[in-house]
Amino acid sequence: MYPAEFEYFSPRTIDEALALLSTWGEDAKILSGGQSLVPMMKLRIASPRCLIDINRIDSLSGLRVDEGRLVMGALCRHADVAASALVREHLPLMLDAVSQTADVQVRNRGTVAGSLAHADPAGDWPAALLALDTHLTVVSPRGQRTVALETFLVDAYTTDLAVDEIVTEVAVSLPRPPAGGAYVKFEKRAGDFAVASVGVQLTLEGDRCSDVAISLGALGAIPSRASAAEAELRDQPVTDERLDRAADLVREAAQPFEDTRGSVEYKRHLAGVLFTRAFAVAADRARGSRVSTLHL
Amino acid sequence: MRDDEPNVPEASVSRRAFLKGGAAATGALSSALLPETAEAQLPVATTPDARRTMVEMRVNGIPYRHEVPNHTTLLEFIRGDLKLTGAKAGCDRLQCGACTVIVNGRNIYSCTALAVEVSGAEVTTIEGLAKDNALHPLQQAFIEHSGYQCGFCTSGQILAAKAFLDRHPTPSEDDVRLAMSGNICRCSAYKRILESVMAASRAMPV
Ligand SMILES: Cc1cc2nc3c(=O)[nH]c(=O)nc-3n(C[C@H](O)[C@H](O)[C@H](O)COP(=O)(O)OP(=O)(O)OC[C@H]3O[C@@H](n4cnc5c(N)ncnc54)[C@H](O)[C@@H]3O)c2cc1C
Ligand code: FES
Ligand code: FES
Repeated sequence: MYPAEFEYFSPRTIDEALALLSTWGEDAKILSGGQSLVPMMKLRIASPRCLIDINRIDSLSGLRVDEGRLVMGALCRHADVAASALVREHLPLMLDAVSQTADVQVRNRGTVAGSLAHADPAGDWPAALLALDTHLTVVSPRGQRTVALETFLVDAYTTDLAVDEIVTEVAVSLPRPPAGGAYVKFEKRAGDFAVASVGVQLTLEGDRCSDVAISLGALGAIPSRASAAEAELRDQPVTDERLDRAADLVREAAQPFEDTRGSVEYKRHLAGVLFTRAFAVAADRARGSRVSTLHL
Repeated sequence: MRDDEPNVPEASVSRRAFLKGGAAATGALSSALLPETAEAQLPVATTPDARRTMVEMRVNGIPYRHEVPNHTTLLEFIRGDLKLTGAKAGCDRLQCGACTVIVNGRNIYSCTALAVEVSGAEVTTIEGLAKDNALHPLQQAFIEHSGYQCGFCTSGQILAAKAFLDRHPTPSEDDVRLAMSGNICRCSAYKRILESVMAASRAMPV
């Protein structure tokens, strides 16, 4: 299988990339990890006339900590996140997500920013990062803007990026202790996209859940937050009854569609189950335990 | 694979086209929901050369320089242009791992990387593993532990294992299972592949 023919550019700076993007407009595509775009091109679902390969823009690589935030450049690969000691220590929810995203080969090329820009309804990064305080930095010839992930994700495979814009960074606030997070994904086989997934990030003060975010993946056209369930738990003591009510509200918030991975009823049921598991692990982690979600 | 038509919230349908048939099977897309694309246009070449690029890379330590059509995959470049046929075309869509090669120390699927994308990189294929007529410890271990049956997946298995062991010299069996989940073996020699990799990890200098 070959992609259709295209012209290829490999800019060294963001300004060069932006100039190319302005010239080519809708006919151009940004290439980062290529793990979604290249297969789409081989299947001729996408046939851009021009590819702007940003892999040689050194300033976009890697991840760093800056003012209490984890900042990932647009070229930060899934594998970079998996290898980060900082992520392991402070953002176990992200480690859960990356450990279950595709396989090593895909993780070695695919990028966090590319996953968000691709906006797959079952993508793990969009769902996982929605449970955290996540912002993207976007540049265009008109300047730079910062956009919250919630605003960035518009619809299935659709973001609020304008045709001349490039994502340069994805930043996640480091949670303040005693915080804990977990991302639990249900997949049919190793490395597949989620049937459904749930992320929980919380702060526990004694037995009181002082703050909580719950994100749902593959349970709608775009990942979403289960805000009614969050309100049920926020600033309240954690009790079994309250968790049951929250699980009901999570099921209500889920808007899955039927596909080969399962029916609406099945996925909605799964949403409640995954929420309960994710909450338990997040709470354990907030209390200092290092449990894994891989075998849940 | 033929997907059932999905049930989509009505408000968002206008932004999408539905895709039936095999496309959703690549892993590129999770579902049959797709963004509406511009009419499939087969681009008209502006100048003949604009669709070709000079690619330079070191493969198994040897520098190569070749002009290729931009849409050439790394796998086609390695097999077709360089005549290194150890990397196999299995699924040609990121599902099987038979095309695995190592690029700058990382194992990747060469069937879905573009040769132009990897230009400038250091590439290792199975042909580059034996040194001075001595097999690499992984190759030796695969022979001694019968880590293959038909052998079609084997070069990919060995390269995935090499990239992993180079970073994690003393892994557990579970670590190896997870690290190699991107490499499928149709003969299902998994147990012996695992034994081979564990044996090699013990034989390789840390
Ligand atoms: C076999 C397989 C299994 C997979 N399994 C999973 C899984 O379980 N979970 C999961 O979440 N994902 C999975 N994926 C998808 C994978 O995570 C991709 O890496 C990711 O979706 C896209 O990132 P990329 O860097 O490869 O982007 P690319 O493919 O390079 O680009 C994707 C899209 O985003 C645009 N884009 C990329 N970067 C930018 C930027 N900086 N600014 C603006 N636009 C940009 C591109 O133009 C393109 O439209 C899988 C992929 C494969 C092949
Ligand atoms: S041929 Fe590349 S993954 Fe199967
Ligand atoms: S040995 Fe035959 S496919 Fe693995």
